[in-house]
Amino acid sequence: MNDFTNAFKFMGDNASLMLEKTWEHLVLSFASIGVAMLIALPLGVVLGHMHKGSFVAINVSNVGRALPSLAIISIGLGLLGIGFINVLVALVILAVPPMLTNAFVAIDRVDPDAVEAARGAGMSNAQILWKVEIPLAVPLMFAGIRTAAVYVIATATLAALAGGGGLGDIIINQASYGTPGVIAGSLAVTLLAFLGEAAFALLQRAMTPRALRRKGMAVELVEPALEGA
Amino acid sequence: MSVAGIGALPALVAQGGPVVPQFEQGSDCVRENKGFCWDWFTQNFDRVFSDRIIQHIELTAIAVSIGFVLAFAAALITYRYPRIGTPVTIFFAFLYTIPSLAFFQLMVPVTGLTWTSAEIALVSYTLLILYRNTLTGLQEVPGDALEAAQAMGLTRRQTMMRVELPLALPAIIAGIRIAVVTIISLATVAAFIGVGGLGQPIFNAIQDGFKTQFVAAGVLAVVLALVADALLVIVQRLLTPWARAKVG
Repeated sequence: MNDFTNAFKFMGDNASLMLEKTWEHLVLSFASIGVAMLIALPLGVVLGHMHKGSFVAINVSNVGRALPSLAIISIGLGLLGIGFINVLVALVILAVPPMLTNAFVAIDRVDPDAVEAARGAGMSNAQILWKVEIPLAVPLMFAGIRTAAVYVIATATLAALAGGGGLGDIIINQASYGTPGVIAGSLAVTLLAFLGEAAFALLQRAMTPRALRRKGMAVELVEPALEGA
Repeated sequence: MSVAGIGALPALVAQGGPVVPQFEQGSDCVRENKGFCWDWFTQNFDRVFSDRIIQHIELTAIAVSIGFVLAFAAALITYRYPRIGTPVTIFFAFLYTIPSLAFFQLMVPVTGLTWTSAEIALVSYTLLILYRNTLTGLQEVPGDALEAAQAMGLTRRQTMMRVELPLALPAIIAGIRIAVVTIISLATVAAFIGVGGLGQPIFNAIQDGFKTQFVAAGVLAVVLALVADALLVIVQRLLTPWARAKVG
């Protein structure tokens, strides 16, 4: 247990290093989450609106879950070399599937009666999408973003292996930082993962329209495998 | 406690400059370190990869088996005493959230650079998935089926064995499937604490920068995960023929 005591001492002695690596970690994570959102959300929303491509949209997350993160980074190291871009590409590949599946399912399964009513009220297709389908789909869509974000923050630890920086740099660098540093880095990244999870949970709640917040409307990640899809 | 053989690794990565590998003799492709050299892969598959694949399967099988026993017991207890559901879920979710590289490293001061360290972390990751799926499967058994069982005079144990568990089976197997794939993924990271598996060639390649090994080990890990997933889908369909009508 002495290692753990020393780890806290290390954090105190190297506060600026810890902050710098945490910042790198966050920049990498949010850049990946942002790019993945730009790819996955429009695609999922459009497919869901048209009710087309359900096989692909739902199964992409099954395949995505099967992709080992270190393997993706490794293949990237071979083909793209060391650096930020390689890691970014790997993290985006891992973040897209849950976002895409949830966005698709969220829009696809909006109550047809609500869409019908909107059409009856004379709304155009675009209005239906923006004023009815998307607001009703936000909670489930956001559940996908949250899952992906938490996954990315955790996986960004591996980025250090490919020169992407972040807290993983300390964890893999026993030669420079010693065991206390390795433990300190591990504790810090664990804490970061928990904070990320909590922050996104709060954000998800804030994004959910008040009328949908009542108990029993808990919005969970779509688990296609559970449904046998 | 030092991580054997890993110490030299970060220096190379940190410099990020051109890597100058020293790959003995080899084909032009190998000496020029091109993206992927098929000839090297076929010639060295037995030496570099076959044992690693077997280690990887062992790591995964042990973790999912132990995880299943624990999660299944926890789910049965929760099914009987629903009150403990929330704290158990929070605890398993807590374990699940710990980043893998950190989890493995945090186990090293406790249990050393051993398979035990790796398995403790890997088992921890299976718990949330297996527990949640088993419990959901049990809770979604239709009330009509339970009433029918009661009316037929089945005891509690008989109801569990003949009605509830069979009806929960699709969800349980779906959970095993997710757990296996997840653990295959995370087990690659376990090589960082020296337990072997397909992560080992990846970490070796990080040290010498040999691109073919990066790509080969990465692709093998992906293939292993996809094959395992496909096999479990088949198992799922064989064991639950009645669910086939619903499977889309």
